[in-house]
Amino acid sequence: MRDAPPAGAPMIEFAAVTTLFGRRPQRALERFRAGADKAALLAEGHVLALADLSLTIAPGEFFAVMGLSGSGKSTLIRHVNRLIDPTAGCIRVDGIEVSALDRRGLEAFRRRRVAMVFQHFGLLPHRTVLENAAYGLEVRGEPRAEREARAAAWLERVGLAGYERHMPQALSGGMRQRVGLARALAVETPVLLMDEPFSALDPLTRAELQDELAALHRGHGRTVLFVTHDLDEAARLADRIAILRDGAVVQVGAPADILERPADEHVRAFVGAVRRDRPQPPSSPFASPSAG
Amino acid sequence: MVVYGDGFQAVSDSLLVVLVAIEQALRAVPPVVFVAAVAALAFAAGRSLRLAAAMAAVCWFVGALGLWDQAMQTVAIVLVSVAISVLVGLPLGVLAAKRATVRAGLAPLLDLMQTIPSFVYLIPAAMLFGLGKVPAILATVVYATPPLVRLTDLGIRQVDAAATEAARAFGASPRQLLWGVELPLALPAIMQGVNQTVMMALGMVVIASMIGARGVGETVLLGLQRGDAGQGFVGGLGIVLLAVAFDRITQAWGRRLQAGRGG
Ligand SMILES: Nc1ncnc2c1ncn2[C@@H]1O[C@H](COP(=O)(O)OP(=O)(O)OP(=O)(O)O)[C@@H](O)[C@H]1O
Ligand SMILES: [Mg+2]
Repeated sequence: MRDAPPAGAPMIEFAAVTTLFGRRPQRALERFRAGADKAALLAEGHVLALADLSLTIAPGEFFAVMGLSGSGKSTLIRHVNRLIDPTAGCIRVDGIEVSALDRRGLEAFRRRRVAMVFQHFGLLPHRTVLENAAYGLEVRGEPRAEREARAAAWLERVGLAGYERHMPQALSGGMRQRVGLARALAVETPVLLMDEPFSALDPLTRAELQDELAALHRGHGRTVLFVTHDLDEAARLADRIAILRDGAVVQVGAPADILERPADEHVRAFVGAVRRDRPQPPSSPFASPSAG
Repeated sequence: MVVYGDGFQAVSDSLLVVLVAIEQALRAVPPVVFVAAVAALAFAAGRSLRLAAAMAAVCWFVGALGLWDQAMQTVAIVLVSVAISVLVGLPLGVLAAKRATVRAGLAPLLDLMQTIPSFVYLIPAAMLFGLGKVPAILATVVYATPPLVRLTDLGIRQVDAAATEAARAFGASPRQLLWGVELPLALPAIMQGVNQTVMMALGMVVIASMIGARGVGETVLLGLQRGDAGQGFVGGLGIVLLAVAFDRITQAWGRRLQAGRGG
């Protein structure tokens, strides 16, 4: 599965998704369809976050999304569990059309099909580590004893045995993200969304968690959609990488493809910038004026 | 002159039953037991022996001023008023946080409730419910609810968006979000609102005594009417002591909630 584009029914599918932020997105959509570009739309007060984007991700795939700041990575990943609604287009997950779900359907979908890990952890500060890890199970109504047993097992799995009764604020960043990871894994959903889960962590902790995630992924075969700024991270973990620019996909392929055969100057500059000075986040002369 | 509508009569009667029951219970309790209970409450709220001892001393001093019975009447009115304020103010605050239209509509109303001198609505309250405890409670509720609405609204809107986003991502329903995330995280702000509501309710006791509510306010009122500065001072001191006790205990509780949250 590493090289070939996936065949068969996709797990996640974006079909011609356009998302605009602003007061009158539908109006802006017409302007976009009539050919207005990102800068023109911005001048009219709308941010073009996703521009007619299509993408398919196969079951079990580990798929990384990269791009400059403001290229639409977080927006993209939040469409999968509909934390953000598209202005046009449709998103299907495991055959379910996410944009067509009503409120209850959406709740059920989020409880059973997708879990998420956040850059800034998104833990609930008034709950213990164990209660946080059990949150997804609690929301879908599993009895306390059962959900706490399962959450405790996952906490142990991510190396947090013994911390069940601690409050999140008493933990280091790396440990907090382990709680976030345990919370997302405990619900055992087929899809796992991760928005820069390791970028707030120091390099050592990051490498550790990357290894653990890779091991977990091998063991469970979930579909992972993973946003990162770190090309090494993407290359280590992902089956395929998509490079985003101004809300559109400029290249999709296996890590080797992207590194060796960048599709255009933008990707070349992106890859080059990342490789030249690794510790810095990618910043290139090709950054779009609205990025930031 | 007073014409009771049936509805007002029913509201008035049930309020009165509750109030009188609380009042009688408080007055039946031996002062020693009451003082001990306040100390225990203070300790539970603040986990501090010093606070507990200080609050016991404050209560004892109220008794030493000869205001015990009146203080119990005042405490009963304040408790009932604050309970009603919370029942009304908390849901309104939540609604205001959720709907910008509700917030926009409520804002001028809350301003009015706080700025109109209470005498102005004491008169219609007295006309609807007659003289006595019930209109006093209603006037107190009108005056004391706005800060709770405001602070609940603010507290909920200031809940970390990362926490609510995570809860929604895991499929929390609006109710699960409210009870499991928003209200607990807004609790320190809500407690601050309750504290202010209690203080404002106490501030109303003198005015309430003008329409016939019993309590410490009476002593102040009598002092005023007779030009007896000493009596006015004793009554005023009693109110201040009650205010200190309510304030310290609710604040200690709020602070402990905040600390448990770790900011
Ligand atoms: N709620 C919103 N309202 C208005 N504009 C938004 C909103 N969310 C995102 N945007 C805009 O959409 C664009 C894409 O944002 P997004 O957060 O998806 O970028 P990103 O690729 O995740 O960036 P970063 O690497 O900084 O996280 C940006 O220009 C951003 O300012
Ligand atoms: Mg982002």
